[in-house]
Amino acid sequence: MTKTVTDVICPFCGTLCDDLEVVVSDDGKELLEVYNACAIGAEKFLHSQAKDRITRPRMRQEDGSWKEISYDEAVDYTAKMLADAKKPLMYGWSSTNCEAQSVGSEIGEAVGAVMDNTATVCHGTSLIAVQDIGIPSCTLGEVKNRADRILFWGCNPAHAHPRHMSRYSIFPRGFFTGKGHTGRKVIVIDPRPTDTASLADVHLQVEQGRDYELLSAFRIAFRGEQLPDVVAGIPKEQIYEAAETLKSGRFVIIFFGMGVTQSLGKNHNIDIAIAVTRDLNEYTKAAIMPMRGHYNVTGSGQVWGWLYGFPYAVDLSRGFARYNPGETTSNDLLRRDEVDAVFVLGSDPGAHFPFSSVKKIYDRPAVAIDPHETPTTEVCNVHVPVAFVGVETGGCAYRMDNVPIETRKVVEPPEGMMTDEEFLKHVLARIKEIKGE
Amino acid sequence: MAEYLIKNGFVFDPVQGIKGDKTDVAIKDGKIVATTALSSPKVIDAAGKTVMAGGVDVHAHVAGPKVNAGRNFRPEDKLFGYKAQTGIERMQGGFSVPTTIRTGYNYARMGYTTVMEAAMPPLYARHTHEEMRDTPILDQGAYPVFGNNWFVLEYLKNHEIENAAAYIAWLLRATKGYAVKVVNPGGTEAWAWGLNCDNVHDPVPYFDITPAQIIKGLIEANEYLGLPHSMHMHANNLGNPGNYTTTLDSFKLSEGIKPNSKFGRDQVMHHTHVQFHSYGGDSWANVESKAKDIMAYVNSHDNITIDMGQVTLDETTTMTADGPFEHHLTELNHLKWANTDVELETGSGVVPYVYSPSIKVCAIQWAIGLELALLANDPMRVFMTTDHPNAGPFIRYPRIMKWLMSTEAREQQFDAFKHKDKVIDATNLAGIDRELDLYEIAQMTRAGPAKALGLAHMYGGLAPGLEADVAIYDFNPNEPYAPDDIETAFGSAEHLFKTGVQVVRDHEIASNGNKRTLWVNAKVNENPQVMRDVKEKFLRYYTVTLNNYEVTGHYLPNPYVIEVDATQ
Repeated sequence: MTKTVTDVICPFCGTLCDDLEVVVSDDGKELLEVYNACAIGAEKFLHSQAKDRITRPRMRQEDGSWKEISYDEAVDYTAKMLADAKKPLMYGWSSTNCEAQSVGSEIGEAVGAVMDNTATVCHGTSLIAVQDIGIPSCTLGEVKNRADRILFWGCNPAHAHPRHMSRYSIFPRGFFTGKGHTGRKVIVIDPRPTDTASLADVHLQVEQGRDYELLSAFRIAFRGEQLPDVVAGIPKEQIYEAAETLKSGRFVIIFFGMGVTQSLGKNHNIDIAIAVTRDLNEYTKAAIMPMRGHYNVTGSGQVWGWLYGFPYAVDLSRGFARYNPGETTSNDLLRRDEVDAVFVLGSDPGAHFPFSSVKKIYDRPAVAIDPHETPTTEVCNVHVPVAFVGVETGGCAYRMDNVPIETRKVVEPPEGMMTDEEFLKHVLARIKEIKGE
Repeated sequence: MAEYLIKNGFVFDPVQGIKGDKTDVAIKDGKIVATTALSSPKVIDAAGKTVMAGGVDVHAHVAGPKVNAGRNFRPEDKLFGYKAQTGIERMQGGFSVPTTIRTGYNYARMGYTTVMEAAMPPLYARHTHEEMRDTPILDQGAYPVFGNNWFVLEYLKNHEIENAAAYIAWLLRATKGYAVKVVNPGGTEAWAWGLNCDNVHDPVPYFDITPAQIIKGLIEANEYLGLPHSMHMHANNLGNPGNYTTTLDSFKLSEGIKPNSKFGRDQVMHHTHVQFHSYGGDSWANVESKAKDIMAYVNSHDNITIDMGQVTLDETTTMTADGPFEHHLTELNHLKWANTDVELETGSGVVPYVYSPSIKVCAIQWAIGLELALLANDPMRVFMTTDHPNAGPFIRYPRIMKWLMSTEAREQQFDAFKHKDKVIDATNLAGIDRELDLYEIAQMTRAGPAKALGLAHMYGGLAPGLEADVAIYDFNPNEPYAPDDIETAFGSAEHLFKTGVQVVRDHEIASNGNKRTLWVNAKVNENPQVMRDVKEKFLRYYTVTLNNYEVTGHYLPNPYVIEVDATQ
């Protein structure tokens, strides 16, 4: 016999779908099938069942090989590394629950660490823009129930957030949107002809790196002022027409992704995209939302928000919280040799940071906490495998619209495996011992 | 637990009618007891000092999504305001929107022990509870917002009070909420289309119901359930010149309704931050105080309580579920604007604001708030708040005490205004020479709010049987003092006990206490229609499933449940 668990939350992307069904064996030890998930989400669940999964901490030996160690030894190594360091970097925090983020923050306070999450290479620029100009936004249900103008800017949900369009943005029939996608106009702005663009009514193929100019042109077009014949590779007629489409909507939503946050202009692109949204509120109702990547990167920004007042790049090394992106951001710290130990949990900087930063991780004591083997674990001294949050343990996660959802435990982790939160609690206790508290 | 005897202090306790007499206060097992019940207490010498119950804040925005939006989008609010980790105190930061840790400590430093979060968007209830969980010392509860909720709009359109009540009971349980909050009824739903409801008769788009129907219906549903607190109201038309008529219209909707609650409150409507709702004139050029009209109504209707929403003349961060108002504000001051509309439920906005003593309107707002308190006949029905952080941060409560207790302090402030004469012309304050005493302050900050919350059986006084929440201030009311002495003494309690635990000792935080989260579990008759409507709306319109909605478990590690039986 098998059991079906319903209303399961998918711990993959910021869409945080909560309608999955998972079939597990009667003893709750084996996960057999996943329904309603996208291909990526299903794979995340199924991957937890891999037979060759690493279930015990490992320490790298002189010759580069791994040696299995106990969790106690891993706790001890991690605690000593953090306690001995003058200024450790504690990075990641996006693929774990808020409870682990919370304990991790206490550790960060105890050892004077710099706490940073994946926003540092993703939507950190959006967070800076919000600090400049604010952000008129909404929950995804408002999009589903009201939005009749959908604009995707520099993002490709067809691949990165596969169920976003069917659950929230393009296709669903909501309260005031009973016609589903036929009642909506979809505009995609992207230099690439993406699969998302192929679903759009209008695809404006902006010249790469010219997003700011095009956004600026929208603001001019809203006001009926004169544009040059071509802006950012788009003929002015198309810009006027798209501007009119937006203004004539009842409810406009702009979703944006890494195409604008990490291309030329960075936070300034988001600044003006938010200004476009503010402008639209003079004519109709408009909202804007970052397409957050990891399923709980948003949550780590919230936890640090209420503990320290900053959403990322939080430097606790002086005994109080400081925030200065460019100085207290991970890559800047690594490349300037300002941190002397690296702790990674819930992210894979080995795969996503510049090679010059990854080399720095390799050069100093480093611990990676991750259920998987990743490029990051390959450059760390100790790898601590843990239970999958949202699969083998629950905990709170924040969707891209900041809505918190309690994830579910659907199967038991392999015997004797710790969760992120348990491991961190042990580390915190050990650090307190070391510090003589 | 340790026993304490607080000896020889000047006690101010409206619950027992003690007006500064030398009285001993005994603490045992977390409660106030008769002094004879102690065996070997630790004695605290309070001779020459003021002793009061722990403060109770009826309305502050201290936890939840918009508070955190305010923190995260204002790094400048942390500048020069951080406090390093020392002893048992964790890192703290923030001025107008302090971190949760600082929120708990700063309230405790002022001698406050109970604080109600004034607006919880139901879909974000988990977030609100996570922040309250991480706010040390204080007992807290949160008010879910109902005034723009689709269920409520649909039920009340047809005056289905029983269904509205069943839904309220369900949502209080699902969100672990404490009371029925109403913010700009109908107006925030209208804001989802960029519109607003400007007065109580302005219909809500599509839903075809007026704010008046929502207000009256929610009062009736609240009394149908007999909840501890009354309906908690933020009326339409906040912050606009001439809005006092809307406020009076809203008040009047409570006429003829009597409280039905075994929790001892006398009001059926608590109207919050009334300062923002007491403006005359028809533009910012001729805005004037209508506090006299407002208080004439409040004084003659004992089924209403209010709180001040006192402007403190600081740079602060405004935040409210009144989405259209925040948009209006950003158009006025051109500062950054955050907004979140919440599916089927509510909305919210956040905008920084500088209440400058050099701006006439800000000074007028300052005067109006004080007038409300000084014109009150019954301080048990008019409470001290700043609508933190909207009119100013809560850490200014001692300064407000100073203004309320001293005409000299008010005159000093008038003299500091750039447009002193215009402010005096537009307000009544200069002609009011009333100075409140500490007994009245204790009514406005302890006994009054506790009673209005339906928590007089726990908080607000020093009678045996109540929770041992006791504050001792280094202030001798019988010696001459300068106005600033009030602010200094009440800004830093010498000792504070929360449920019998000493959390402040010699002005320093001594314990993180045993924080509790209060929520109301109202039992109603089974209501299949409401449960069907709930299922239907979750299936079709919400983006989370019904089974993932309810807040349970680790979000409330130390819950305190108040049971209400409304089955009949």
